[in-house]
Amino acid sequence: MNKTEMADEALFLLLHNEMVSGLYRAAEHGEGENGRCITKLENMGFRVGQGLIERFTKDTARFKDELDIMKFICKDFWNTVFKKQIDNLRTNHQGIYVLQDNKFRLLTQMSVGKQYLEHAPKYLAFTCGLIRGGLSNLGIKSIVTAEVSVMPACKFQVMIQKM
Amino acid sequence: MARQAGRGAAESKKMSSELFTLTYGALVTQLCKDYENDEDVNKQLDKMGYNIGVRLIEDFLARSNVGRCHDFRETADVIAKVAFKMYLGITPSISNWSPAGDEFSLILENNPLVDFVELPDNHSSLIYSNLLCGVLRGALEMVQMAVDVKFVQDTLKGDSVTEIRMKFIKRIEDNLPAGEE
Repeated sequence: MNKTEMADEALFLLLHNEMVSGLYRAAEHGEGENGRCITKLENMGFRVGQGLIERFTKDTARFKDELDIMKFICKDFWNTVFKKQIDNLRTNHQGIYVLQDNKFRLLTQMSVGKQYLEHAPKYLAFTCGLIRGGLSNLGIKSIVTAEVSVMPACKFQVMIQKM
Repeated sequence: MARQAGRGAAESKKMSSELFTLTYGALVTQLCKDYENDEDVNKQLDKMGYNIGVRLIEDFLARSNVGRCHDFRETADVIAKVAFKMYLGITPSISNWSPAGDEFSLILENNPLVDFVELPDNHSSLIYSNLLCGVLRGALEMVQMAVDVKFVQDTLKGDSVTEIRMKFIKRIEDNLPAGEE
Protein backbone atom coordinates (compact mmCIF):
# COMPACT_ATOMS: atom_id res chain seq x y z
CA MET A 1 0.00 0.00 0.00
CA ASN A 2 2.16 2.81 -1.20
CA LYS A 3 -0.26 5.60 -1.94
CA THR A 4 2.46 8.20 -2.10
CA GLU A 5 3.39 6.89 -5.49
CA MET A 6 1.43 9.30 -7.57
CA ALA A 7 1.51 9.75 -11.29
CA ASP A 8 0.36 12.80 -13.12
CA GLU A 9 -2.92 12.89 -14.92
CA ALA A 10 -1.42 14.51 -18.02
CA LEU A 11 0.63 11.40 -18.58
CA PHE A 12 -2.40 9.14 -18.63
CA LEU A 13 -4.32 11.48 -20.91
CA LEU A 14 -1.45 11.66 -23.39
CA LEU A 15 -0.88 7.92 -23.24
CA HIS A 16 -4.54 7.27 -23.91
CA ASN A 17 -4.52 9.71 -26.83
CA GLU A 18 -1.48 8.08 -28.29
CA MET A 19 -2.98 4.60 -27.88
CA VAL A 20 -6.00 5.68 -29.87
CA SER A 21 -4.15 7.50 -32.63
CA GLY A 22 -1.28 5.00 -32.69
CA LEU A 23 -3.64 2.08 -33.25
CA TYR A 24 -5.48 3.87 -36.03
CA ARG A 25 -2.23 4.95 -37.66
CA ALA A 26 -0.93 1.37 -37.61
CA ALA A 27 -4.16 0.09 -39.12
CA GLU A 28 -3.98 2.66 -41.92
CA HIS A 29 -0.47 1.62 -42.84
CA GLY A 30 -1.49 -1.99 -42.77
CA GLU A 31 0.95 -2.67 -39.93
CA GLY A 32 -0.08 -5.16 -37.34
CA GLU A 33 -3.48 -6.64 -37.70
CA ASN A 34 -5.84 -4.56 -39.78
CA GLY A 35 -8.87 -2.79 -38.41
CA ARG A 36 -10.80 -3.78 -35.29
CA CYS A 37 -9.27 -0.84 -33.46
CA ILE A 38 -12.32 -0.26 -31.29
CA THR A 39 -12.24 -3.90 -30.16
CA LYS A 40 -8.57 -3.66 -29.30
CA LEU A 41 -9.07 -0.50 -27.28
CA GLU A 42 -12.01 -2.10 -25.52
CA ASN A 43 -9.95 -5.17 -24.71
CA MET A 44 -7.14 -3.08 -23.27
CA GLY A 45 -9.66 -1.24 -21.11
CA PHE A 46 -11.07 -4.57 -19.98
CA ARG A 47 -7.70 -5.75 -18.68
CA VAL A 48 -7.08 -2.48 -16.91
CA GLY A 49 -10.55 -2.52 -15.37
CA GLN A 50 -9.97 -6.01 -14.03
CA GLY A 51 -6.67 -5.00 -12.49
CA LEU A 52 -8.01 -1.80 -10.98
CA ILE A 53 -11.06 -3.36 -9.36
CA GLU A 54 -8.89 -6.00 -7.75
CA ARG A 55 -6.82 -3.30 -6.13
CA PHE A 56 -9.66 -0.96 -5.21
CA THR A 57 -11.89 -3.56 -3.57
CA LYS A 58 -9.37 -5.39 -1.49
CA ASP A 59 -10.39 -3.45 1.62
CA THR A 60 -14.08 -2.93 0.95
CA ALA A 61 -16.96 -4.93 2.39
CA ARG A 62 -18.81 -7.44 0.26
CA PHE A 63 -21.40 -5.88 -2.02
CA LYS A 64 -25.07 -6.46 -1.22
CA ASP A 65 -26.39 -6.71 -4.75
CA GLU A 66 -26.04 -5.58 -8.32
CA LEU A 67 -27.18 -2.04 -7.57
CA ASP A 68 -24.64 -1.78 -4.79
CA ILE A 69 -21.93 -2.72 -7.25
CA MET A 70 -23.13 -0.16 -9.80
CA LYS A 71 -23.08 2.51 -7.11
CA PHE A 72 -19.52 1.57 -6.28
CA ILE A 73 -18.56 1.94 -9.96
CA CYS A 74 -20.25 5.33 -10.17
CA LYS A 75 -18.72 6.69 -7.00
CA ASP A 76 -15.43 5.21 -5.87
CA PHE A 77 -14.25 3.69 -9.13
CA TRP A 78 -15.06 6.74 -11.24
CA ASN A 79 -13.59 9.02 -8.63
CA THR A 80 -10.28 7.23 -8.58
CA VAL A 81 -10.00 7.00 -12.34
CA PHE A 82 -11.53 10.27 -13.52
CA LYS A 83 -11.47 12.37 -10.36
CA LYS A 84 -15.22 12.88 -10.27
CA GLN A 85 -18.38 10.88 -9.76
CA ILE A 86 -20.88 9.83 -12.37
CA ASP A 87 -23.52 12.58 -12.48
CA ASN A 88 -26.55 10.42 -13.00
CA LEU A 89 -27.29 6.72 -12.66
CA ARG A 90 -30.52 5.31 -14.02
CA THR A 91 -31.81 1.78 -14.27
CA ASN A 92 -34.91 -0.04 -15.48
CA HIS A 93 -34.37 -2.66 -12.74
CA GLN A 94 -34.14 -5.30 -15.44
CA GLY A 95 -30.44 -5.28 -15.95
CA ILE A 96 -29.94 -2.07 -17.89
CA TYR A 97 -28.05 0.80 -16.30
CA VAL A 98 -27.29 4.18 -17.81
CA LEU A 99 -24.35 6.08 -16.36
CA GLN A 100 -24.21 9.68 -17.37
CA ASP A 101 -21.11 11.81 -17.03
CA ASN A 102 -21.75 15.44 -17.93
CA LYS A 103 -18.07 16.27 -18.15
CA PHE A 104 -16.26 13.16 -19.24
CA ARG A 105 -12.53 13.62 -18.66
CA LEU A 106 -11.32 12.10 -21.91
CA LEU A 107 -13.52 14.43 -23.96
CA THR A 108 -13.18 17.72 -22.09
CA GLN A 109 -10.08 18.78 -23.96
CA MET A 110 -11.54 17.94 -27.34
CA SER A 111 -14.58 20.10 -27.73
CA VAL A 112 -17.65 21.67 -26.21
CA GLY A 113 -20.54 21.01 -28.53
CA LYS A 114 -20.75 19.01 -31.71
CA GLN A 115 -17.34 19.65 -33.25
CA TYR A 116 -15.32 16.42 -33.74
CA LEU A 117 -18.35 14.39 -32.71
CA GLU A 118 -17.49 11.75 -35.31
CA HIS A 119 -14.21 11.04 -33.50
CA ALA A 120 -15.76 10.62 -30.07
CA PRO A 121 -16.37 6.82 -30.22
CA LYS A 122 -12.62 6.12 -30.49
CA TYR A 123 -12.07 7.91 -27.22
CA LEU A 124 -14.79 6.01 -25.39
CA ALA A 125 -13.92 2.42 -26.28
CA PHE A 126 -11.19 2.10 -23.66
CA THR A 127 -13.51 3.34 -20.91
CA CYS A 128 -16.31 0.97 -21.98
CA GLY A 129 -13.81 -1.84 -21.52
CA LEU A 130 -12.75 -0.38 -18.18
CA ILE A 131 -16.32 -0.65 -16.87
CA ARG A 132 -16.87 -4.09 -18.36
CA GLY A 133 -13.60 -5.41 -16.93
CA GLY A 134 -14.37 -3.97 -13.51
CA LEU A 135 -17.82 -5.53 -13.44
CA SER A 136 -16.48 -8.80 -14.73
CA ASN A 137 -14.16 -9.14 -11.77
CA LEU A 138 -17.11 -8.49 -9.47
CA GLY A 139 -18.95 -11.39 -11.04
CA ILE A 140 -21.13 -9.49 -13.48
CA LYS A 141 -21.02 -10.23 -17.17
CA SER A 142 -22.11 -7.26 -19.22
CA ILE A 143 -22.09 -5.40 -22.50
CA VAL A 144 -21.08 -1.76 -22.25
CA THR A 145 -21.68 0.81 -24.96
CA ALA A 146 -21.33 4.57 -24.99
CA GLU A 147 -22.99 7.41 -26.77
CA VAL A 148 -22.33 11.10 -27.05
CA SER A 149 -24.70 13.67 -28.43
CA VAL A 150 -23.02 16.81 -27.19
CA MET A 151 -19.44 16.82 -25.93
CA PRO A 152 -18.13 16.57 -23.28
CA ALA A 153 -21.23 14.85 -21.88
CA CYS A 154 -21.40 11.13 -22.36
CA LYS A 155 -23.67 8.20 -21.52
CA PHE A 156 -22.50 4.68 -20.83
CA GLN A 157 -25.08 1.96 -21.13
CA VAL A 158 -24.46 -1.24 -19.20
CA MET A 159 -26.49 -4.27 -20.17
CA ILE A 160 -26.13 -7.05 -17.64
CA GLN A 161 -25.97 -10.53 -19.13
CA LYS A 162 -27.67 -13.16 -17.05
CA MET A 163 -25.27 -16.01 -16.49
CA MET B 1 -1.97 35.34 -7.27
CA ALA B 2 -2.69 33.87 -10.65
CA ARG B 3 0.38 31.73 -10.31
CA GLN B 4 -0.78 30.34 -7.01
CA ALA B 5 -4.10 29.38 -8.52
CA GLY B 6 -2.16 27.62 -11.25
CA ARG B 7 -0.14 25.69 -8.73
CA GLY B 8 -3.29 24.59 -6.95
CA ALA B 9 -4.57 23.18 -10.21
CA ALA B 10 -1.31 21.31 -10.74
CA GLU B 11 -1.64 19.68 -7.33
CA SER B 12 -5.10 18.39 -8.08
CA LYS B 13 -3.84 16.70 -11.22
CA LYS B 14 -2.29 13.94 -9.17
CA MET B 15 -3.73 10.51 -9.45
CA SER B 16 -2.84 7.04 -8.37
CA SER B 17 -0.16 5.63 -10.61
CA GLU B 18 -1.94 2.29 -10.82
CA LEU B 19 -4.20 3.39 -13.64
CA PHE B 20 -1.22 4.57 -15.64
CA THR B 21 0.86 1.49 -14.88
CA LEU B 22 -1.93 -0.92 -15.78
CA THR B 23 -2.85 0.99 -18.93
CA TYR B 24 0.74 0.94 -20.07
CA GLY B 25 0.88 -2.79 -19.37
CA ALA B 26 -2.23 -3.36 -21.46
CA LEU B 27 -0.66 -1.39 -24.29
CA VAL B 28 2.56 -3.40 -24.26
CA THR B 29 0.58 -6.65 -24.14
CA GLN B 30 -1.46 -5.56 -27.14
CA LEU B 31 1.63 -4.54 -29.11
CA CYS B 32 3.23 -7.91 -28.39
CA LYS B 33 0.16 -9.52 -29.96
CA ASP B 34 0.14 -7.17 -32.94
CA TYR B 35 3.80 -7.42 -33.88
CA GLU B 36 5.76 -10.54 -34.48
CA ASN B 37 9.06 -9.63 -32.93
CA ASP B 38 10.22 -7.69 -29.91
CA GLU B 39 12.29 -5.23 -31.96
CA ASP B 40 9.15 -3.98 -33.69
CA VAL B 41 7.43 -3.55 -30.34
CA ASN B 42 10.43 -1.60 -29.03
CA LYS B 43 10.33 0.60 -32.11
CA GLN B 44 6.60 1.19 -31.77
CA LEU B 45 6.89 2.05 -28.06
CA ASP B 46 9.67 4.51 -28.83
CA LYS B 47 7.59 6.13 -31.56
CA MET B 48 4.58 6.48 -29.29
CA GLY B 49 6.79 7.87 -26.56
CA TYR B 50 8.19 10.42 -28.98
CA ASN B 51 4.68 11.60 -29.87
CA ILE B 52 3.88 11.91 -26.18
CA GLY B 53 7.15 13.72 -25.46
CA VAL B 54 6.61 16.45 -28.04
CA ARG B 55 3.31 17.26 -26.33
CA LEU B 56 4.35 16.67 -22.77
CA ILE B 57 7.10 19.27 -22.98
CA GLU B 58 4.50 22.01 -23.43
CA ASP B 59 2.59 20.89 -20.39
CA PHE B 60 5.85 20.71 -18.48
CA LEU B 61 7.14 24.16 -19.44
CA ALA B 62 3.76 25.75 -18.76
CA ARG B 63 3.52 24.26 -15.30
CA SER B 64 7.06 24.17 -14.02
CA ASN B 65 8.42 27.66 -14.56
CA VAL B 66 11.66 26.24 -15.88
CA GLY B 67 13.45 28.44 -18.41
CA ARG B 68 15.98 27.53 -21.04
CA CYS B 69 18.78 25.26 -19.84
CA HIS B 70 22.29 26.58 -20.37
CA ASP B 71 24.15 23.31 -20.40
CA PHE B 72 23.55 19.59 -20.40
CA ARG B 73 24.21 19.31 -16.66
CA GLU B 74 21.37 21.65 -15.93
CA THR B 75 19.17 19.69 -18.33
CA ALA B 76 19.97 16.50 -16.44
CA ASP B 77 19.01 18.14 -13.16
CA VAL B 78 15.69 19.39 -14.48
CA ILE B 79 14.82 16.01 -15.97
CA ALA B 80 15.61 14.03 -12.84
CA LYS B 81 14.51 16.40 -10.11
CA VAL B 82 11.59 18.24 -11.68
CA ALA B 83 10.18 16.30 -14.63
CA PHE B 84 10.40 12.73 -13.31
CA LYS B 85 9.14 13.93 -9.95
CA MET B 86 6.19 15.72 -11.50
CA TYR B 87 5.02 12.99 -13.85
CA LEU B 88 6.07 9.71 -12.25
CA GLY B 89 6.56 10.73 -8.65
CA ILE B 90 10.14 9.50 -8.51
CA THR B 91 13.53 11.19 -8.51
CA PRO B 92 16.18 9.21 -10.37
CA SER B 93 19.80 9.89 -9.48
CA ILE B 94 22.25 11.23 -12.02
CA SER B 95 25.60 9.53 -12.45
CA ASN B 96 28.34 8.35 -14.79
CA TRP B 97 29.07 11.66 -16.46
CA SER B 98 31.35 11.36 -19.45
CA PRO B 99 34.51 13.52 -19.22
CA ALA B 100 33.21 15.79 -21.97
CA GLY B 101 29.97 16.31 -20.07
CA ASP B 102 27.85 15.20 -22.99
CA GLU B 103 26.66 11.88 -21.57
CA PHE B 104 25.07 10.79 -18.30
CA SER B 105 22.93 8.10 -16.77
CA LEU B 106 19.61 8.28 -14.98
CA ILE B 107 19.45 5.61 -12.31
CA LEU B 108 15.94 4.52 -11.36
CA GLU B 109 15.67 2.51 -8.17
CA ASN B 110 12.04 1.69 -8.80
CA ASN B 111 10.42 2.15 -12.15
CA PRO B 112 6.69 2.84 -11.75
CA LEU B 113 5.99 1.50 -15.24
CA VAL B 114 6.92 -2.02 -14.20
CA ASP B 115 5.06 -2.28 -10.90
CA PHE B 116 3.12 -5.45 -11.64
CA VAL B 117 5.26 -6.85 -14.42
CA GLU B 118 7.15 -10.05 -15.05
CA LEU B 119 8.81 -10.59 -18.40
CA PRO B 120 8.17 -14.03 -19.88
CA ASP B 121 11.28 -15.83 -21.13
CA ASN B 122 10.30 -15.59 -24.78
CA HIS B 123 10.47 -11.80 -24.71
CA SER B 124 14.11 -11.43 -23.77
CA SER B 125 14.79 -8.60 -26.22
CA LEU B 126 11.70 -6.60 -25.31
CA ILE B 127 12.60 -3.27 -23.71
CA TYR B 128 9.49 -2.99 -21.61
CA SER B 129 9.73 0.68 -20.65
CA ASN B 130 11.06 1.86 -23.99
CA LEU B 131 8.28 4.45 -24.13
CA LEU B 132 10.32 6.52 -21.68
CA CYS B 133 13.20 6.83 -24.15
CA GLY B 134 10.86 8.18 -26.78
CA VAL B 135 9.31 10.63 -24.34
CA LEU B 136 12.72 12.02 -23.32
CA ARG B 137 13.93 12.25 -26.92
CA GLY B 138 10.74 13.93 -28.15
CA ALA B 139 10.54 16.41 -25.30
CA LEU B 140 14.19 17.46 -25.62
CA GLU B 141 13.90 17.80 -29.38
CA MET B 142 11.24 20.44 -28.84
CA VAL B 143 13.72 22.49 -26.82
CA GLN B 144 16.36 22.26 -29.54
CA MET B 145 18.35 19.34 -28.21
CA ALA B 146 19.01 16.22 -30.20
CA VAL B 147 19.69 13.48 -27.68
CA ASP B 148 20.22 9.75 -27.91
CA VAL B 149 18.36 7.87 -25.18
CA LYS B 150 18.54 4.17 -24.37
CA PHE B 151 18.21 1.63 -21.60
CA VAL B 152 21.50 0.02 -20.58
CA GLN B 153 20.29 -1.73 -17.43
CA ASP B 154 16.83 -2.97 -16.48
CA THR B 155 15.62 -4.53 -13.23
CA LEU B 156 13.15 -6.58 -15.28
CA LYS B 157 16.12 -8.33 -16.80
CA GLY B 158 17.83 -9.08 -13.53
CA ASP B 159 19.98 -5.96 -13.21
CA SER B 160 20.06 -4.36 -9.78
CA VAL B 161 18.89 -0.96 -11.03
CA THR B 162 17.32 0.52 -14.10
CA GLU B 163 19.68 2.80 -16.01
CA ILE B 164 18.81 5.13 -18.85
CA ARG B 165 21.80 6.47 -20.76
CA MET B 166 21.43 9.91 -22.34
CA LYS B 167 23.91 11.23 -24.91
CA PHE B 168 23.83 14.76 -26.22
CA ILE B 169 24.23 14.78 -30.01
CA LYS B 170 23.82 18.38 -31.09
CA ARG B 171 21.92 21.56 -30.61
CA ILE B 172 19.19 21.96 -33.18
CA GLU B 173 19.46 25.35 -34.85
CA ASP B 174 16.41 27.49 -35.30
CA ASN B 175 15.35 27.17 -38.88
CA LEU B 176 14.31 30.63 -39.85
CA PRO B 177 12.76 30.99 -43.27
CA ALA B 178 15.10 32.80 -45.68
CA GLY B 179 14.98 36.58 -45.39
CA GLU B 180 13.37 36.71 -41.97
CA GLU B 181 16.42 37.17 -39.81
